[in-house]
Amino acid sequence: MLSIGLGHYLTLAAIIFTIGIVGIFLNRKNIIVILMSIELILLAVNINLVSFSIFINDLSGQVFTLFILTVAAAEAAIGLAIIVVYYRNSGTIRVEEIDRLKG
Amino acid sequence: MIAHAIVFYIFSLIAIVSAIMVTVSKNTVNSVFFLILDFISISCLFIMIGAEFLGMIMLIVYVGAVAVLFLFVVMMLNVAQQKNEWFNSSGRSSHIPIGLLVSIIIFFELIIVIGGWKYKPDLLDSIAIEINSDLTNTQSLGSVIYTDYIHLFQLSGMVLLVAMIGAIVLTFRQRSGVKRQSYFKQISRERKDGIELVDVENNKGVKIDA
Repeated sequence: MLSIGLGHYLTLAAIIFTIGIVGIFLNRKNIIVILMSIELILLAVNINLVSFSIFINDLSGQVFTLFILTVAAAEAAIGLAIIVVYYRNSGTIRVEEIDRLKG
Repeated sequence: MIAHAIVFYIFSLIAIVSAIMVTVSKNTVNSVFFLILDFISISCLFIMIGAEFLGMIMLIVYVGAVAVLFLFVVMMLNVAQQKNEWFNSSGRSSHIPIGLLVSIIIFFELIIVIGGWKYKPDLLDSIAIEINSDLTNTQSLGSVIYTDYIHLFQLSGMVLLVAMIGAIVLTFRQRSGVKRQSYFKQISRERKDGIELVDVENNKGVKIDA
């Protein structure tokens, strides 16, 4: 309990990953919160990579985390731009009212 | 060791609680604030276990850029008043129990995988880049990124460039009815476009704005 090992970090990452998935599944109002949940999921993946990298003494996990950070930043920028354009065209970003695909 | 454990539990508790608050907050602005808190506590964890460079980069990239971008968009779209209520949403809400069920199953699958996970015996022989404890974290990352991973590094630069151009192209809009300055028109204007010699008849005058 008191000696923090790899399992603790992996459990933390699993919890945050699940919270992100719950946020995507259950959110019906606001699509920006869905984007934030995606950021949480990417954060959980980063925790996994960094803790493995530290605990098995291999640097490549941190290199990959750096690239994931890049992709996450790009994804947030593009996603928010799409949301802004959608809001301008349709006047709403409530998830319930985005039903143009009839899904 | 005990200090390490205490700090780990404090930071991870803050991270988990703020992650929950991101998804359940009524107000979107509060969600963004809790997202910032989450990123900060996770980057403190990174710094604590020895990945200082990534912790600092995470502070700069996420808190300094991404979260501020989120806050900016929330402010611009005026969605703070739209309440983020999932349980009493109007209409059909049959997705909520199934969504909760699926996420609980995902969580327990992850926990089972973590609990039953063991090192492969030859894992420690197959390390790609060993961490040199004489160098600092930043130094060793830099010596790898700019040599072995240079192509991936430049590719991620291209990803950022494409994202920047894409965001500009998506949100750019030409409004009609707004008078703009056109340098090309100004520079290429000549004398015969602007001046006209008119023979004025006596006692009649000229109509100027034709």
